Amino acid sequence: MIHWTSFSDFLAMGGYGLYVWGSFGATALIMAVEPIVVARNRKTTIARLRRQLRADARAENRNATE
Amino acid sequence: MTDRFNLYRFASPATFYPLAGTLIPYFAAVSVVFGLAGLWLGMLVAPTDFQQGEGYRIIFIHVPASWMSMFIYLVMAFWAAIGLAFNTRLSGMMAQALAPTGALMAFLSLWTGALWGKPMWGAWWVWDARLTSELILLFLYIGYMALTAAIDDPKRADKAGGLLLLVGVVNIPIIYFSVKWWNTLHQGSSVNLTKSSMAETMLWGMLLMAMCFWMYSIAVAFMRVRTIMLERERHTDWVKAELAKAGNGGEQ
Repeated sequence: MIHWTSFSDFLAMGGYGLYVWGSFGATALIMAVEPIVVARNRKTTIARLRRQLRADARAENRNATE
Repeated sequence: MTDRFNLYRFASPATFYPLAGTLIPYFAAVSVVFGLAGLWLGMLVAPTDFQQGEGYRIIFIHVPASWMSMFIYLVMAFWAAIGLAFNTRLSGMMAQALAPTGALMAFLSLWTGALWGKPMWGAWWVWDARLTSELILLFLYIGYMALTAAIDDPKRADKAGGLLLLVGVVNIPIIYFSVKWWNTLHQGSSVNLTKSSMAETMLWGMLLMAMCFWMYSIAVAFMRVRTIMLERERHTDWVKAELAKAGNGGEQ
């Protein structure tokens, strides 16, 4: 069922190792990094929006007491 | 039943936001399952190609990435059309959320294509109709992102970006049919509706990988659209309530 006879065989990809693994490696890297970047961006956005919200609330309170 | 299920309800960011949040882990999980199955079939089981040896295995990401690069663009153009016609809030957010993933897919298509072209054609790049039109697609994505980022008012950014998307959609059939319309170095399509030129395991490996890429794109786009929603709707009560929820990352 499995096409390869050994692991080194698999890595060599019949002499196309550089091209095949260069393709799969770049794809794996992008698909690992993109969600991390998106998640981090979400965290910083939420933190910023919360700060703005608190600042707005403080400004409103000040206006109310004056 | 008077309280009928209404699909239009989800066109509102306030209802779509939690729905997307619930669906993300499912799309991610399904993507991983399809990916593992596709890699297993494509990289471990599928036989050697009689012409291209083991080098053909690049197809298992080259074709899915290329398909997604075109499909995501079509979806963005669809949202652009809806946004321009009906002035819906969600459509511009959807288009913006999809753009970076589409650009990455176009990049991967070109990158894996170069790594495939070098051993098979002897060149990383040729100015061939298929390759050039795919490069234009990457530039369309980058152009859309630059244009919408340069305009401060989201409504105007959506309008300008939407126009760009609709004009650029003409490039998609050009990419798709380029191998028929012009004499190109690029091989013809591997799959069409009536017959396929591939062995069964190769075909299934490729289709599973395509499903993996598709589900991945949905998961990432949903993650991104939720952030865009919070940003754009920050003055609404539902976003204020969302931000007030405890937890470091917003919610759960």
